[in-house]
Amino acid sequence: MQDPRSRKPDPKILPKPLPLLQQEWFQRIAAPTVVGLTLLVLWQAVCRFFQIPQYLFPAPTDIASSLIDHAGLLFQSLKITLLVTLQAFALATLLGCLTAFLIIQSRLAEIGLFPFVVLLQVTPIVAIAPLIIILVKSTSLSLVICATLVALFPIISNTITGLRSVDPGLVSYFRMKRAGRLETLMRLQIPSALPFFLAGLRISSGLALIGAIVGEFVAGTGGQSAGLAYQILQSGFQLDIPLMFAALVLIACLGIAMFFVMSALTHLLLGHWHESAMKEQR
Amino acid sequence: MTILKAVRLDMTETRRIEAGKTGTEHPVIQILSANKIFPNGTQALDAVDLNVQQGEFLSLIGPSGCGKSTLLKMIANLIEPTDGRILWWNGGPERIGSAGSRLAFVFQDPTLMPWARVDANVRLALDLERKGADKSDVAARIHAALDQVGLAKFARSYPRELSGGMRMRVSIARALIDQPDLLLMDEPFGALDEFTRNKLDLDLVRLSWERRLTTLFVTHSIYEAVFLSTRIIVMAANPGRIHSELVIDEPQPRDEDFRGSPRFAQLCRDLSRMLTEASHAGSPQS
Repeated sequence: MQDPRSRKPDPKILPKPLPLLQQEWFQRIAAPTVVGLTLLVLWQAVCRFFQIPQYLFPAPTDIASSLIDHAGLLFQSLKITLLVTLQAFALATLLGCLTAFLIIQSRLAEIGLFPFVVLLQVTPIVAIAPLIIILVKSTSLSLVICATLVALFPIISNTITGLRSVDPGLVSYFRMKRAGRLETLMRLQIPSALPFFLAGLRISSGLALIGAIVGEFVAGTGGQSAGLAYQILQSGFQLDIPLMFAALVLIACLGIAMFFVMSALTHLLLGHWHESAMKEQR
Repeated sequence: MTILKAVRLDMTETRRIEAGKTGTEHPVIQILSANKIFPNGTQALDAVDLNVQQGEFLSLIGPSGCGKSTLLKMIANLIEPTDGRILWWNGGPERIGSAGSRLAFVFQDPTLMPWARVDANVRLALDLERKGADKSDVAARIHAALDQVGLAKFARSYPRELSGGMRMRVSIARALIDQPDLLLMDEPFGALDEFTRNKLDLDLVRLSWERRLTTLFVTHSIYEAVFLSTRIIVMAANPGRIHSELVIDEPQPRDEDFRGSPRFAQLCRDLSRMLTEASHAGSPQS
């Protein structure tokens, strides 16, 4: 058997490097930047041209200056929201995995547990948030619980699907080798489930943020532990619409950052073997 | 059926290898009137008796639904017979997997772990061994197993980077690293193109000869069966049963010359005729 890598390809038949404008990575950055900048310029132009007052609809520059003016306040709130989101996300990941492992162990566990998992998913968080806030003494803990409940379902459901999506041939191989339940879980089911699990994490990271914001809207915590949702509520009362938008911008940035971190993690863990994270060969 | 078998054997002018040819030891596998009825009522096997002797290359061939894969899985202890017995090395299923009497299974698909490199895929066979098994020189053994199938250079590749034939070789390396006494193969090259299949058949002949492997091979291909086997069992369907057998008493190890010889063509014709008979005998419904 000849190793194709031992031969050097003829440099004449190697594809020429594409010009910068046609390169994948450049397009990936340039295209959204162009769309974003165009929208911002249009927005600014419309606000200035029709002289829309700031308290109705602020221009991008107004929002930027508000962001700079209230930087201390806003970043303090950002830190608190981020903390609640991360705690909830970590808790949801842990609980989600444990529940999924439990559910796949036996048919009875699945029949018994799954309806309640669905119940958790279909109950709107705004409906149960007040109850949680009343029942739990610490406000920050109640926010974490709200966000966890929202983020939990995709992790459970994706991990179960993943743990079940094992190549039946490999299952037979493990059975023939008389591998134990733990060994099969560690060596076969968990690696097979990883792509599904990571897809679940990506959805849940966004949901944890939504849960944190919604929870805080209901709780309305102020003072030292005020998150970004509180700043939005507060600026609404004071008709400080640029500040409201500034908080909104930070929430959006937080969501995008979490999405990117999860995408990078997916690429890092799956890039070398799974189709979903591989680059297209042309 | 006995008469039919005798006529067959006479026609093909082949001699039956005496059961005691390889010594007085017990058969590797003894199947005693095994039945298999699946829960949906299908009778996959009807009173199958079969002995697998030490060192033989035994092929199972027959129309679809004749239970050849079922029989193979039964020997691998993946399926239990509804009735009848199977003896492994003259013992029960607990003898499977115990040191010194290992069996290895090669599936129709390579069944590799896509997330693991080639060497890790081969090492899985050792990783899943019982505690107390010999785990020394793991790296050297992986290298030797991959070298045997010509893939030593690809130890650090991922399965998706290999061709279908190369993946099958990895699967064979994973089976061989165990030093099995019995190699079970379920249409391992069925999904490959003719050229790759012939090449792998040639490698398999060499490997089983060098290692004195006992091999049980399920196939759909007449040419493959004749080229590889020392004995071929022809099965009939509805219900699955043994129809006749053909002994290929040709010198080992075989090479491309054998594939081109008139003797090879003759044997293929004989086997083809036996298969036609088996498929007529086997399906009263159709």
